[in-house]
Amino acid sequence: MGETIFDKNTNLSEVNFIAKPKVPLEDFPVELSRSQLPLPSLGELDVIRHYSNLAKDNLSVDTNFYPLGSCTMKYNPKLNEAVACLDGFCDIHPYQDQDLIQGSLELMYNLQNLLCQITGMEHFTLQPSSGAHGELAGMLMIRKYHDIAGNQKEEVIVPDSAHGTNPATVSMCGYKTIVVESGSDGLIDIEKLRLAVNEKTAAIMLTNPNTLGLFEEDILEIAQIIHDKDGFLYYDGANFNALLGIVKPSLMGFDVIHLNLHKTFSTPHGCGGPGAGVVGVGKRLADFLPSPIVSKRENYYLNYQIKHSIGRLRTFYGSFSVLVRAYAYILRLGRDGLLNVSHNAIINANYIKEKLKNYYNLPFPKRCMHEVVFSCSKQKEKGALALDIAKRLMDYGIHPPTMYFPLIVAEALMVEATETESKYTLDNFIDAMIAIDKEISLDLQILKNAPNNTCTKRVDEVRAARFPDLRWQESGD
Amino acid sequence: MRFAKTHEWIKVDSDIATIGISEYAQKELGDVVYIELPKVGDKLTAGEQLGTIESTKAAGEMYSPISAEVVAVNDDLAASPQLINEDPMQRGWMVKVKIENQAELQNLMDEASYAEFIAKESD
Repeated sequence: MGETIFDKNTNLSEVNFIAKPKVPLEDFPVELSRSQLPLPSLGELDVIRHYSNLAKDNLSVDTNFYPLGSCTMKYNPKLNEAVACLDGFCDIHPYQDQDLIQGSLELMYNLQNLLCQITGMEHFTLQPSSGAHGELAGMLMIRKYHDIAGNQKEEVIVPDSAHGTNPATVSMCGYKTIVVESGSDGLIDIEKLRLAVNEKTAAIMLTNPNTLGLFEEDILEIAQIIHDKDGFLYYDGANFNALLGIVKPSLMGFDVIHLNLHKTFSTPHGCGGPGAGVVGVGKRLADFLPSPIVSKRENYYLNYQIKHSIGRLRTFYGSFSVLVRAYAYILRLGRDGLLNVSHNAIINANYIKEKLKNYYNLPFPKRCMHEVVFSCSKQKEKGALALDIAKRLMDYGIHPPTMYFPLIVAEALMVEATETESKYTLDNFIDAMIAIDKEISLDLQILKNAPNNTCTKRVDEVRAARFPDLRWQESGD
Repeated sequence: MRFAKTHEWIKVDSDIATIGISEYAQKELGDVVYIELPKVGDKLTAGEQLGTIESTKAAGEMYSPISAEVVAVNDDLAASPQLINEDPMQRGWMVKVKIENQAELQNLMDEASYAEFIAKESD
């Protein structure tokens, strides 16, 4: 790693030509002043260089192809930024009187309604800050529903291909996770599901398409099985980029869903946020939404009157600027545009799948939706792990795909190109993957050492996990 | 020594058994960086969660091969999870348990059938 800004040994006074202020400073109360402030002393130019060079070393959607499966790293149109930077949205404060932020409330209200139209849900809360946060919101509503109804529920069904956040959410809500194995086609095994479901089943948490990128074709039967036991269908919307305008989650039987606005609706994400894991519900859970939601009488207002609300989920009203970007994205594309998004995402994934299937194993060869999962099992026999291949891709200027997930695929590489990539970019990726496969026999070491061309070479992930160094400290250690 | 389909081994010494994960499991998992085990006195049920194991690749559950009560836990693993990689069958043991029902051991594989099982699984 290079120097941090604290290590830069410069002195502001050498490069500061602004004259000393003529206003006397002695009036400033002594008890409020201090003589030492441990901040780096850099001139503007040194600060600009420091951050410009750091940015140059970064890999992002704006600089490189970023096929990180499950994360939907699509291009974020700059129009979203322009809209989010309008003074009316930027220069407001959440403590302002509601009369003075009618425009912002209207945007939130309209966004709630648009999301209802897109998903078929009845109501939306815009509060949750991430997908996992949305899951927590949704499952807390389910929990409260069952508690108030006096239902003796203890278990939540989760397929073995699920995102790790699903069972974590189940635990957070005080339920027990029941894992259902996928069938040999990568879809939920209906017979195994029947055996797992009983009177204690509170809900099932499902991603559709699932993490293998496959559409759960038996979804209506699954819904029937769960609903027959008075359970709920929770929709993990991480993969909703495959279904925009094609099918509404409500029509698949889902009762509560979260959408990752920062994935599907194109707001910048990565490195922990800010995100927006908005949650939609059908009629049965409407009384349980977190408060407040935005409602309308003559004016738009923050509505705290929700009968069995699970309460507030975070400070203020969610990641507001993310909501603005998502709203801009939806209005720009419209219904037909959103449909084109999903169509193209599916075409791109299947193009990659067809072009690479003779080189990398496809454990579940069904037609995929918006992402495709390969297994590097053939490559492993020749000595290269999925990890090595992913690292080597960086030498080709490509962000590594998701590795070793879903857990049911050995040596998994999960590729999600998204709709915003051109055929030219997809072909470059395909060529790189084929070239790397050839390199395994020619020069295995180049994979083992990869990345070779990046500013940071291969990091010691084991040491990083066993002895995490989480913050900068001044002394030399 | 017997093995579960979920890659735990169990070594029986009269009514006490020692449980860990197999050589194959540690190799597939990669470098282990964290482990969560039950406490002495906890009751385990055959096929249900025994603990959580995390490597640089993934986090996953371990399952108890039999129903039993925990009588000892390998405390060294908290500070040195690498023991599971270095010596999974000996120093990397996880818990010692008091067996409830000897008959359950018959549901597990012996070494030969486990070897066959993993040969098939890695195809």
